[in-house]
Amino acid sequence: MNAPLEPIDYNRPTGDEIKTTTCYMCACRCGIRVHLKDGRVRYIDGNPDHPVNGGVLCGKGAAGIMQHYSPARLTKPLRRKGARGAGEFEEIEWDEALTMATSWLSEVRNTDPRRLAFFTGRDQSQSLTGFWATQFGTPNHAAHGGFCSVNMAAGGIYSIGGSFWEFGEPDWEHARMLLMFGVAEDHDSNPIKIGLGKLKARGAKVVSVNPVRTGYSAIADEWVGIRPGTDGALVSALIHELLRQDRIDLEFLARTTDASWLINQNPGAADHGLVIKDADGAPLGWDSAADAPTPARAPGANLSLIGERTLPDGRKAKTVFQLLAERFLDGANSPEAAAAITDVSAETIRNLANDLAAAALDDPMEIPQPWTDWTGKRHETMVARPVAIHAMRGISAHSNGFDTCRLIHVLQMLLGAIDAPGSFRYKPPFPKPVPPGPKPAGKADQIGPGRPMAGPPLGFVAGPEDLLVDPDGTPRRIDHAYSWEAPVAAHGLMHMVIENAAKQDPNPIDVLFMYMANMGWNSSMSVENALKGLTAKDEETGEYKIKHVIYSDAFWSETVAYADLIFPDTTYLERWDAISLLDRPISDADGPADAIRQPIFEPDRDVRPFQEVVIDLGHRLGLPAFTNEDGTAKFPGGYKDYLVNHERTPGVGPLAGWRGEDGDKGGVGAKNPDQLDKYIENGCFWRHELEPEQRYFKHSNKSYLEWSASMGFIPNADPIVMHLYSEPLQKFRLAAEGHGDIQPPTDAARQRVLKNFDPIASWRPPLNGLEDADNAFPLHAITQRPMAMYHSWGSQNAWLRQIHTANRLFMARELVEEMGLKDDSWVYVTSPNGKIKAQIKAMEGVNPRTVWTWNAIGKRKGAWGLDKDAPEATKGFLLNHLISELLPDGQGGHWPNADPVTGQAAWYDLRVNIEPAPADTAQVSEPVIPALPNNPGGKPNPSRLGFGAAFRGRKETRS
Amino acid sequence: MTSLPATAPMKKLGLVIDLDTCVGCHACAVNCKEWNTGGEMAPLTDMDPYGAEPEGVWFNRVHGYEAGDGANGRTVHFPRSCLHCETPACVTVCPTGASYKREEDGIVLVDEDKCIGCKLCSWACPYGAREFDETVGVMKKCTLCVDRIYNETIPEAERVPACVSTCPASARHFGDLGDPNSDVSKLVAERGGYDLAPEFDYKPTNKYLPPRERMPSAPAAAEAAGEPQGLLKWVDRMLSI
Repeated sequence: MNAPLEPIDYNRPTGDEIKTTTCYMCACRCGIRVHLKDGRVRYIDGNPDHPVNGGVLCGKGAAGIMQHYSPARLTKPLRRKGARGAGEFEEIEWDEALTMATSWLSEVRNTDPRRLAFFTGRDQSQSLTGFWATQFGTPNHAAHGGFCSVNMAAGGIYSIGGSFWEFGEPDWEHARMLLMFGVAEDHDSNPIKIGLGKLKARGAKVVSVNPVRTGYSAIADEWVGIRPGTDGALVSALIHELLRQDRIDLEFLARTTDASWLINQNPGAADHGLVIKDADGAPLGWDSAADAPTPARAPGANLSLIGERTLPDGRKAKTVFQLLAERFLDGANSPEAAAAITDVSAETIRNLANDLAAAALDDPMEIPQPWTDWTGKRHETMVARPVAIHAMRGISAHSNGFDTCRLIHVLQMLLGAIDAPGSFRYKPPFPKPVPPGPKPAGKADQIGPGRPMAGPPLGFVAGPEDLLVDPDGTPRRIDHAYSWEAPVAAHGLMHMVIENAAKQDPNPIDVLFMYMANMGWNSSMSVENALKGLTAKDEETGEYKIKHVIYSDAFWSETVAYADLIFPDTTYLERWDAISLLDRPISDADGPADAIRQPIFEPDRDVRPFQEVVIDLGHRLGLPAFTNEDGTAKFPGGYKDYLVNHERTPGVGPLAGWRGEDGDKGGVGAKNPDQLDKYIENGCFWRHELEPEQRYFKHSNKSYLEWSASMGFIPNADPIVMHLYSEPLQKFRLAAEGHGDIQPPTDAARQRVLKNFDPIASWRPPLNGLEDADNAFPLHAITQRPMAMYHSWGSQNAWLRQIHTANRLFMARELVEEMGLKDDSWVYVTSPNGKIKAQIKAMEGVNPRTVWTWNAIGKRKGAWGLDKDAPEATKGFLLNHLISELLPDGQGGHWPNADPVTGQAAWYDLRVNIEPAPADTAQVSEPVIPALPNNPGGKPNPSRLGFGAAFRGRKETRS
Repeated sequence: MTSLPATAPMKKLGLVIDLDTCVGCHACAVNCKEWNTGGEMAPLTDMDPYGAEPEGVWFNRVHGYEAGDGANGRTVHFPRSCLHCETPACVTVCPTGASYKREEDGIVLVDEDKCIGCKLCSWACPYGAREFDETVGVMKKCTLCVDRIYNETIPEAERVPACVSTCPASARHFGDLGDPNSDVSKLVAERGGYDLAPEFDYKPTNKYLPPRERMPSAPAAAEAAGEPQGLLKWVDRMLSI
């Protein structure tokens, strides 16, 4: 009884046709192959040729089929019928929807463009949406970076001219040691996993500093279970140890950083703490032989590392290195001092410092690859510094994250471990000058009715003169970015928009236009406050304070119910997209790359890709970049047309590949009508591989810098000088001390700047004032993103929700036992802002004073196409109910619960108390928020799903 | 009852799973699901997919465990699927011949036409590797992607099980564990690969590689007596570009 009745069909083709595109099950942008059979998706796998993922695909990507066929998909434009939040809609036609939006928007544009707030979520089309906002004329635009990872972006860009996040990567091929801070599943998802596999195969050491031992921390050689928000103290102690042992790369500091620059020492004066420069603006160092100042960037000069100097004009000065060394050699930054803050022993800290120094500096490895530095000097080899550091959300999502990120970059600089073989590497278009251009637009003279704004809404400030504030200090943007609340808000503060708009601070918002961010649920810091803001009414008129809300989403998310007008978006397999070098490209350290999505299907519903709608609205509103002089549409072919034919500057468009009339140019070149076909032929991506001599030391590499300038990435081929000392931050301090025309408007604002703006990065406790362990909220509470889910999207996915159907609150086993709890016990979790009820689970691998849960599993009843008794809604929960948009009262103002420099949402500063719920408590998580109605375009959910049965060639399913 | 092949298979196709590298991302589990739900054992039915108790057929599931206490412990992610045992009880208990082990490559399969859904095999398997499809009424399980690994319509380099092809961390390896010179056999030898629950004596073909020993820390720099401390040590150091 061995042989089967029917032989196995070994050679059944996977499908009829294979189409490539770019995944969007998270923001990692992997290349995928979509195998089609009989017009349905048979299988999605990684594209083996793709530079991001090389053929692998994560669990989310492999579940794309279930996203594409999700019952939560919207089907038609919707207009609100009942009250906001009731979720009652009527279906309308697109023309009516677009006409309605145009009438609202044109009235705003022709009267006061600041009354439009246009904010987008995880869209990856910011180069289009930012441009559209500029054309419209509103400064009130940003994507979701302010509540995502602006601390990582800004902390890096203001230090080394590049950043972790997805704009840099460890040298997986050469690192001997990888040190991760706050890295769980994140950007980039698959590249980190691929890289870890390479490190493991080579036997490199992996160390993970993280309060929670999941995923990457689980396979690390060493897990350092740090207390949340204290990584900066740990890094300060590592710097202390490296300086104390003199195990630093002085040559790197001299060549590449501002270490030798002289800083004016004149406390109280308007120029205290500024870089000493010559008449041409060149920074000066001290030539010890001549005993005189000399341009610090002049090749050949012998510059002092330390010493207090008196300049010919009588000014006193110290070098940046001396200021740095004085700061970090102080006992306040010793391992013992850090141990008391971090829950990491002094011995562990010393061991880490020794590991870093040994891996980076001892037994140097060299790659036999000649290269030429910016001075013209040829080097026969590339000398490695094989310590790679990567840091992400666990650093970013704290109110001290900007400086913690800067501290990590200081650590890298001291080790010379930046863009050397084996270290952190920049991905083109980075590195860029510190800070890069342009400045944010939005000053009074840059805005006016019926005209575009004079520049882009987001940019990089260099001092108080670049702030967007009125003369009395009032913020000019609705999110208060680039005000004294968040002066270096490089990505805006989307998390403050609803809060401020409901208060009409600084001005009323007539149209709030949002895309693909679940601000009515898990993307807002406080769910209750967001819903309150979206439904707030003027007591006198009875009108909503936020007059109109337009929202575009592909799915029946919690936020949809709070909009007046819904533009239903497509799934990722039904659209064009550009993963552009103007925005967030897919480059790797060996070359720039960009990608497209192509529609695999025409939508089977009355939905339109958001970008098509934006371009259509641009024309209906007559925005100059979207409208010809004769009034016709500039891009009648929609987004596809725009991708090929829009030029931001001559020869530079959304896509860099196959430009030029013959399609033979990469980067800069004329429009090519066949460009998208070329992308499709190549698997929907373009990549340029750097020459071997260009691949490292990009900050100083003549060949790389010249190439980067030719691509328009940097203004010229000057070397990128990294900053241990941030003069822009000192300029803000000086303003707070009373110097200059633009100063903080209140004493509280001055104190806030003086406390938090430090030209030399330093650790400070989180801003909420709850740092003492003996307060009423003794536990830290944080979240992590599961590897098999992405934000709110995963729960609608029939496969992924089986992996994470409901979350638990994980607690240290000791604490669980101490409280007399056990797995699945219900507890109340309270914070100064709210109370939730949740189920717990004990674990070993967690910092003892930290509790945590998976992010965004909890759902509102009725949303996302789930049945009303789905565990996501009955047992799942969010920590967002415990968080506030604002810091507690008593700090002298209306301050966001955010990093005081960048405005990054401080999600992980949350502190809580835990109490057991009564034994007879209902087995339901709290708060219980009223259910939403079902998706108006949805069908009843099936009781079983046998997806794939139809693909089986041999026989049908028996039942 | 069903017989094993008269001659023990020489070829023993199977998986080697590296627990030192697996980050628990579930890529293997979901890719297995999407491949196989349209493949030889289609569909991998999901019950109540959007409701209170979603529960579907998965040939590969990833479990997380903690071993040891506190910071000295480990978190281990453990993917679990059919081990394609050399002497599997799931085959010998089968009353109809539906469950069988192939002589040519050692893969354990189920012939749905013969399966009567009695579940004896799932009771016999100590590894929990069998998945009953209630709707279809038959037992299903990992086929080692038998419809991929010999499939000449797929590029040769991709003729591996879907779980291996997709694993981002390269924690999964596929090959002939009956050939001592194969890459997988060498990996098992080098890394001390082991059988899951060998005491049952079903002789699993799949092997697991254990987490490696932790690396020691490097020593501090020797501090010579009398050397200047603090800022003084850099007094005479010059910097130049």
